[in-house]
Amino acid sequence: MSNPIYELHKVTKAYNGHPVVQVEHLNIKRGEIMAIVGPSGAGKSTLLRLLNFLEPATAGRIRFLGAEFGPGRVAPLALRRRVTTVFQRPELLNRSVWANVTYGLRLRGQRNSTQLVNATLTQVGLADKSRRHDRTLSGGEAQRVALARAMVLRPDVLLLDEPTANLDPYNVGLIEANVQALNREHGVTLVLVTHNIFQAQRLAQRVALMLDGQIIEMADADTFFQSPSDPRTAAFVRGEMVY
Amino acid sequence: MKEILQGLVEVIRLIAGGDPALRTIAQLSLSVSGTALLISTAIGIPLGTIVGLSRFTGRRLVVALLYTGMGFPPVVVGLFVYLMLSHSGPLGRLAWSFIPALFTPAAMVVAQTIISFPLVAGFTMAAVMGVSPHLRQQVQSLGATPLQSKLAVLAEARVGVIVSIVAGFGSIISEVGAVMMVGGNIEQRTRVLTTAIILETRKGNFDLALALGVVLLAFAFITNIAVLWLQGGAFRE
Repeated sequence: MSNPIYELHKVTKAYNGHPVVQVEHLNIKRGEIMAIVGPSGAGKSTLLRLLNFLEPATAGRIRFLGAEFGPGRVAPLALRRRVTTVFQRPELLNRSVWANVTYGLRLRGQRNSTQLVNATLTQVGLADKSRRHDRTLSGGEAQRVALARAMVLRPDVLLLDEPTANLDPYNVGLIEANVQALNREHGVTLVLVTHNIFQAQRLAQRVALMLDGQIIEMADADTFFQSPSDPRTAAFVRGEMVY
Repeated sequence: MKEILQGLVEVIRLIAGGDPALRTIAQLSLSVSGTALLISTAIGIPLGTIVGLSRFTGRRLVVALLYTGMGFPPVVVGLFVYLMLSHSGPLGRLAWSFIPALFTPAAMVVAQTIISFPLVAGFTMAAVMGVSPHLRQQVQSLGATPLQSKLAVLAEARVGVIVSIVAGFGSIISEVGAVMMVGGNIEQRTRVLTTAIILETRKGNFDLALALGVVLLAFAFITNIAVLWLQGGAFRE
């Protein structure tokens, strides 16, 4: 549990010279559920894209599973495939539920995964909808397909970018239960970005507050919510504007 | 009205009778435009995808050239190809075996490819640019290589890509300026439906010209139906 899967050191991401992420130091432990909270525009989603190696850092070092990546070094495909993201919008392919869920497996050349896919669809409550086209799904169903598509890959790390924003309580509950089970049963490390401090409280073992691209405070969930050391964290937890 | 009715009767007579001249003209039209479309698709779809999804120096210039190419007047393309392939032209004087000679179907294919490939590339580019950039990021996050993510975007843009092929075919099956200039409308060798229609109209054979026109329209219609059928259920979704 204490072995870090990610180590970030002086990582900066800038667009047109304007820094969006400036993380001095961040460790994410293998097998933990970590929540990153903060207001819109704080740089949380950009940080997730860096963790998924979808974009290179402008400066600094990201150490992942023992390999180190800086601005000039692109993560190899094999390593990149050990982490995946569920975004706020499901971004399904214009195909059936089955084709969407098996997409990542097919990219990896895994074509005999019928049992795994069926089991995962059952877990997310979509066993009877595998032949449905993505356009016929509700928002909650589409997001569950997106989660199932990530779950079948059995990644080392699952990044969740506001995965339940705008969903009804039933779908929120289903998605939260599934990601918790993925962490508990398969040891998948979860990094959850959310505005929702109650969700962070329900799921995370450690929580970090991000403001203006910087990690302001990071602590275990109890400390973060009960006795935060930074006044901005205390204000954010109370639901006050922290800008 | 009389000519139109006579033309329709002539269409039935020619087609039902399996008129050999009509068959030769129709076959040549299909083989020239079909080959040009195949080449245009093979070049245009990858080019449109790369220009639509990649960022590189000179991209704006390439886009401007493609848009210009989408409006190429066929007769100007014909003139350009004529000058290039004529005996005194820069390509014609090389006399290399793979460079087609003027007044051959191969020269007509070259001209029609130049007309249709910017349309295929331009519409493909617009179609892939219309796919959400978030979807591309999502497929990358699922482990797609750069090529796999481009193919996923292309598959999402398939309706637009099909439109690009249809537009490319429409631009060449119906054009007359380029094939007339580089083909010369030689009977049994380079005469296609459009050039034959002009010839028969000038000779006053309106019923035959109309019959050829109906065959041309039928080709366009059947080809488009076939393309729609080939692309599966995208339009039913």
